[in-house]
Order: sequence, then C-alpha cells, then structure tokens
Amino acid sequence: MRSLSYDVVVVGAGGSGLRAAIEARLHGKKTAIISKSLFGKAHTVMAEGGCAAAMGNVNPNDNWKVHFRDTMRGGKFLNNWRMAELHAQEAPDRVWELEAAQEAPDRVWELEAWGALFDRTKDGKISQRNFGGHEYPRLAHVGDRTGLEMIRTLQQKIVALQQEDAVNLGDPEAMIKVYAETTIIRLMKDGGAGNGGRIAGAFGYFRDTGRFVLFEAPAVVLATGGIGKTFKITSNSWEYTGDGHALALLAGATLLNMEFVQFHPTHMVWPLSVAGLLVTESVRGDGGVLRNSEGKRFMFNYVPDVFRPMYAETEEEADRWYADQANNRRPPELLPRDEVARSIRAEVKAGRGSPHGGVFLDIASRLPAEEILRRLPSMHHQFKELADVDITKEPMEVGPAQHYVMGGVEVDPDSGAALVPGLFAAGEVSGGMHGSNRLGGNSLSDLLVFGRRAGAGAVDYLDAQSTRPTVSEAALAEAQAEALSPLQRVGGENPYTVHAEVQQTMSDLVGIIRREDEIKTALAELEKLHERAAKVSAPGGSAYNPGWHLALDLRNILLIAQCVAQAALERQESRGGHTRDDYPGMSPEWRKVNLICSLNAGGGVTLRQQLTEPMRTDLLELFDIAELKKYMTEEELAGLPGAAEAGAAQAGAEETPPSAPPTGAPPGVLPEAGQKAPSSEAPATKAGK
Amino acid sequence: MSYKAALRVWRGDAGAGALADYQVEVNEGEVVLDVLHRLQATQAGDLAIRWNCKAGKCGSCSMEINGRPRLACMTRMSVFTPEETLTITPMRTFPVIRDLVTDVSFNYAKAREIPSFTPPPSVKPGEFRMQQVDVNRSQEFRKCIECFLCQNTCHVIRDHPENERPFAGPRFLMRIAELEMHPADTADRREIAQDDFGLGYCNITKCCTEVCPEHIKITDNALIPMKERVVGRKYDPLVWLGDKIGRRTAKDTPKVPGKA
Repeated sequence: MRSLSYDVVVVGAGGSGLRAAIEARLHGKKTAIISKSLFGKAHTVMAEGGCAAAMGNVNPNDNWKVHFRDTMRGGKFLNNWRMAELHAQEAPDRVWELEAAQEAPDRVWELEAWGALFDRTKDGKISQRNFGGHEYPRLAHVGDRTGLEMIRTLQQKIVALQQEDAVNLGDPEAMIKVYAETTIIRLMKDGGAGNGGRIAGAFGYFRDTGRFVLFEAPAVVLATGGIGKTFKITSNSWEYTGDGHALALLAGATLLNMEFVQFHPTHMVWPLSVAGLLVTESVRGDGGVLRNSEGKRFMFNYVPDVFRPMYAETEEEADRWYADQANNRRPPELLPRDEVARSIRAEVKAGRGSPHGGVFLDIASRLPAEEILRRLPSMHHQFKELADVDITKEPMEVGPAQHYVMGGVEVDPDSGAALVPGLFAAGEVSGGMHGSNRLGGNSLSDLLVFGRRAGAGAVDYLDAQSTRPTVSEAALAEAQAEALSPLQRVGGENPYTVHAEVQQTMSDLVGIIRREDEIKTALAELEKLHERAAKVSAPGGSAYNPGWHLALDLRNILLIAQCVAQAALERQESRGGHTRDDYPGMSPEWRKVNLICSLNAGGGVTLRQQLTEPMRTDLLELFDIAELKKYMTEEELAGLPGAAEAGAAQAGAEETPPSAPPTGAPPGVLPEAGQKAPSSEAPATKAGK
Repeated sequence: MSYKAALRVWRGDAGAGALADYQVEVNEGEVVLDVLHRLQATQAGDLAIRWNCKAGKCGSCSMEINGRPRLACMTRMSVFTPEETLTITPMRTFPVIRDLVTDVSFNYAKAREIPSFTPPPSVKPGEFRMQQVDVNRSQEFRKCIECFLCQNTCHVIRDHPENERPFAGPRFLMRIAELEMHPADTADRREIAQDDFGLGYCNITKCCTEVCPEHIKITDNALIPMKERVVGRKYDPLVWLGDKIGRRTAKDTPKVPGKA
C-alpha cells in the first residue's frame, strides 16, 4: 500500500472539486485531487445549458435579489436560504480578491480571466440565455456545451498553477496533484472509527493496478456529485454511485432531504440504448415547445397556482415573450423542471404521448435551421448520429429521466463543513442549496460558488489545527479487508446483476411518482439486495477490473437507495422532486421540516425530522406577502408587515383556477391547482418508462 | 430485431494479449459501447473498458473498431452488417494498461508543456470585452473533448515513438492555435510552436480531422493557419534583423515550462 501525505484531499474532479482544489492551492495548501475518471472527464462535461449568474448583461433589471427569489421559488421554499443568498450574492465579510458584490457573477468572470470563452452579447460582454424558472436571461453559456468549457478552463487553470510550481519549487506536482482513475472507499478518522474523531485521511485504490493507497490529510472535501446510478433511466454517468454521500454517512456525517430527486423533463427516449441522454433545457429557452400527439402545447394546462401569475395563458402571449419580456409573461414550457416532468408524464399516461412513450419537443418549426445549428450544435449532432433525427426538420421525442439529487451532505452554508470535523462537501453531493427542486443553470454556479467556499473552509479549518490527526492501523486493516472480499470470494453472485435489480427497483417503486405501499415494497427489496450485494464475487485480478469496482460501488448505491426510500416514505406531501400520489398537496407544515439521515450502530440508516431555520426578515421581505402565504404557515409570517391585511386582500383578489379542488384537502395542505394529472392518474405505473 | 454479433476483443495487458471471440446479443438502436457493456455484464465481468458519459461528451471510450479509431459510444451497430465480425482493439499509439484501456499520460504531459493563457495584467475579471466573431475560431477548438483519437491516428507518432519528444500532436498544436487566436491572449507562441512542439512535423494529411468525433477542422482551421503564422513571423524583416544582431527570442515569446 502507498501512503501519501497532503493538507487537503479533494475527492472528485468535477467543477466543485477542481474549484475547491484551486482555492486550497491558492492559499498555499498541499492539495490532492482524486478522480475516478481521467482528468477532465468528470460529469460536469455533460452540463449543457449554462451557468446562472445575475450579471445583467442581457437584461439590466437582473440582480442577485431576483436570482435569489427565483432559486427559492424553484426549490419551493425548502432551500437553505443562506446558501441561496450566498449563491446569488457575496456577503460583505467574505469579499475575496474582487470588489464586486455578487458571488455567482464573480465566479463566472473569474473563469473568463482564466481563459474561458463564453458566447458574447453585441457589446462584447458574456451572453446570457433564458432558462426554466429564471425571470431574466441569466445563463452564461457556450452553445450547448457549457460544462465542457467550465471543466476545461478549471483543468487548464490547474495546469497553469502546476507550471508556476515547476518554476518556483522545481516540481509541477509539489503543491497540487491529480490522481486520475483512483477511487476512495473509506474516510479515515483520528483514533479509529466512531463519531467523535476528526478526519485523518482517505483510503482507496488505483483503478489501473488495484493497488491500495492511503491519503493522510486533516481535511477532506467531498465533491463526488450525485446518485444517478441508483436509478435505471438516468442522464448520469457511471461515476454517479453516491460515493460522497455514502462516505460521509459512514464517517458519521448526516444527509439532508434525500427524497428530493430531480427527474429532468427532457431526455431522448429512443433508441432505447440512449434513453436518458439529456436534451438541454436550452431548446425550450431558445423557443422550443412541447406538444402532445394531438399537436397541442399542453403545458398551458399544467401551470400550478403558485406560479400562475408569472406564466402566459395563451400561445400568443407566450410567443411574444421571446421578443418582449417586459410586457408579456413567460411560456409555461419554462416552468421549473419538476412541473414540466410531471406534466409530460401525465400526458403520456393519458394516451397523448409520442410513439416511443415521450412527447414531442419542437424547435424545427420555431427557428431557422442555421440558428438551430448555431445555438444547439450538440443537440443536432446527438440526434443525427444516434437517432437519425434532424432536429432542424422534425420534432424530437423526449421524456423525463433521473438527472440530479437535491439532497446531500448537511453542511454549514458558509464553509461547506459537514458535522465531522475536517470534512467538507460541495456541489451536487452537498444538500440544502436547491431545496426540493433545482433550477437549470444553478448547478454550474453552485459548483463554483460552493467549491471555492469548501476549499476556503478547509483552509480555515487547517489553520486552526495545532496537531495532525493519525490514522488507526486497525481501521485501515478493516478497510482493506472490506475491499478485498469480492475479489477473494468464489462462486458469489454477479455484481452487474445485483446492480441492475437495484436500479429497476428504485425506478419502479421510488421514481417520479411515489406511494406508501410501493416505497415499503422497495425497502423490503433493498433489504434483500443488500444481503445479496454482500455476497457478490468479482472474478479476475485486481488490475483494472470493472466487476470488482462495481462490487465495491454497490455498498454506496444500496446505502443511498435506502436513504432515498426512507425519506420518501416519511415526507407525506408533494414538493419539487418528491411527488406522493397519496399526498398530492404541498404542506406549509412539511415545509418547516428537513429529513436527516444518519448511520446507526447496526450499519442501517436512521431518519429524523429537524426543523428548518426561519428565514431572515430582510430576505422574506424580498417577496410579496401573498406569495409567501402560499408556502408558509401563519406563525412563520406573523410580524411581517402586511401579513394580516395581505391575506384578506389576496382572498378576494386572486382568481381561483377552475381546476383547483375547492375543498377536501387536509388542513394546512395546499392543493396543487391546475395539476389534475398526478393525483387522478392510475398509481401503479412504472417510473422512468 | 435482435441478433447475435460476433466480436473479437483484444484481451491482455502490457505483457501479452490476444484477440478473444465472443457472441453477444445486439438490439435495435444500440452502439458498440452497449454491446461491450452487455459482454461485460454477462460473460466477461473483468473486461476493462474506459468510459464515462456514454453521450459523446467526455471522450473516454476511444478505441479502434475494425481498425478505425472511434468513440465506442458514438458508433452505432447499424453501420455494420449482422454478419460482420467486429474486431475491437485498444488505441495503438498508447501503451496498453489492460484490455481496451490504454495509458494516455503522454497527452497530459504535453498539455503541461504549453505556456498557459496570458491575459493582459491590466484587465480585471468582468472587464473583458470580446466580439462573437473574434471568439468563434478559438471556440471551435475548445469543442475538443480530449478523446485523443487524433493523437492516436497521427502517423508522426503512431509508428514513430522517437517523435514523441519533439512533437506535441494535433490536439496540442491545436491548443496552441486556440491560444494564439484567443482575443485576450498576449503571448506569442509562434516560435515555440515550430521549435519546441514540432509543428513542422505535420504534413497536413488530415487524418486527425478525419477521426475527430467533434468534427473540428483541425488541419484546415488550426494547423495550416498556425503554419502560416509561423512563416509570417520567421520572415518578418524586424524579426530577421533581431536574429542577426543576436537577440534570439522575442520578449513576448513565453518560456516553455520544464525546459531549461
């Protein structure tokens, strides 16, 4: 086994991991970046649409307050409001390097100073595009390959830092080194296992040789991304096995709101082999519309009550909006992702789907061919090469697939610190920022903003430590034995089979639409799969053996599946990325509750409720009181100016949509007006089809 | 319409290896990577394949399919007939790690030799102003997903390991062109493109362009214009005079990192 010593170990080499590592290195910390893939291949490359930052380059009315409001609305007000605030805005005491007062814009401008080439406005600034849930054009982008530009820029910045170190220290890898194709399987703590100790390092293996490696380090930043491989139809890559989520749990940290899983509305549905391949939201941002088999723009039927005032009611108004946003409301195709995904599913259920079980996404009749080729080159390429469809001439067939997890490691908003001293998390693996549903474009900005913060958090933590922690030999031996067992076991089950069954179970029973009996069935199934996973064997040697790698990943996949299912069972309401067929309404009481997963002594998952922190008054005041009343309880709003009067005025002024059930909802539960479908459709359907 | 395809897959490591025969089910609409995954899940659990996004965006699953360098995730099975035997081998230019996975560290070493983006020190973040027409050229090159198929194909190194030191390969000569054409970059990489990165070894046979899965016109838009710029500089009378009076390197030519 190799043993290496670092100040900071960053697990994950996507946008947040690289940005965290850069921050640590800029503050003089010796930093290791651990990547399951090659350098520059992380899942961030698949981000297409853009990076949300209220620079106001296209619409000068945009600012951090508007961005904050959109983020909270998108997350149905369950977001950690401090994270949403920091994301949109820079707090005065944390200004670093720049004087500008906004954090997401700072991070975008920083990328440009490191060589990124975003698309431009006519006056030479960074161009910004429309996206679902964002009031103004806000997404900095490069065609539809923004994630690639971001990761390449961060990669090249790290190379530039290594070149500096080569000059100053004689070794390019003296201060920052990338360990490609390396997997971490256990975090190590000071003085062995248990919940008391500090982080002391990370243990794993090099994929090419199978050799074990111990990174000794007082600070570990988790930046491992999501959990897509828990589900069958997903836009996520093979790396998304919930590693960081599981590593955090196993080290004694907590996970927040794991029931919130984003099913992005538009993915390819045909051919089957590419089902789940993402079709960027930019198609809709740039004018694409969703139609059912009758050719109807069905999204007009699905605008929920909470969003009704902001969205157009006729196709004419929606179409005028692209040219004149000041005097028209947004097209309903640009509702937040959870709404659009549920609506597509409802249309398909009602028998108005496309031949392969999706709906039609039409850009061909909306933009000239050359404009489509300029704005959406990857989409054109993808459909042409993989499905023989020319999107400049015919509509695409699209449907929802698992795309993102809002839940994640519970962290301090400012520093990204988890509950275990020395452990930090940023990006998709962390929870809170996006509430119950993430807006498109808010992920790339999240990676940069909180990647930097987690890196800075690790630096501050290190500076406050007087002693270096040590890894216990016993814990190390235990981790090695765990890792070797699938290789040594003979005649056990095939790990690929067990994995496929976990994915099928989760997609069928804990997918887009959930029900109590189905989730209970899933939990029972997962229990059995857990036992089977403990007995898999991986024939072959330890050198680059994907069967062995999957056998080790199974532990994480199953642990996270259990968290998602348990939290989904507990939350008896529908909100964002968690839709309960048996509890279709959104409840202001449940809005006050976070669900926290931790590991119990028996190795199982324990779930508890934890009250959310009340939002600061100055932030509450950014919203119209009538809007807040749709989400919050009376007590929460008590004392706010206009809380009492606005309620009375609201009751008289607001028009009740015809589809809203007038009575019958349980106390405190808001009916999802306009959303006829999810509650009335037959429940026992298979998600992800 | 499923059928059984005949696959001959190279199995082995740096020491030794051979082609192994398999029969694998193929379904409508599948790509080569789907079929390799089925082989892995049902018959050869330890078959080493490098892949990631399966969407043509990360450039991990580069291999040679019937002798042609391709991404396995973007090669549809329908381009072959059901009777055809598919021979799948690792990229030939790079050392094999195991089965279809090669050691591509050569590329990362070359990336680290190229002097990085050098903006004018006076421009603060947020103050850059560039026109779309001026960023278009470099944006084309930044579409590169670093699959290294161009590096694998280029005959300058494919059969000539002795050229690996003086020659950076199409991907990194294109990186130099990208920085040269970046509207906000101030360094002059023309001299080192020729002297340190071997631009002159390229005899524009366009093999790199032909295998590029992103359809970047590497030869026409990056390498040839770069050659023209190098020549333009070399025959600039002032540069010529500078050479004559002994000042070998222009002030704006950056040092090659790692070179004495």
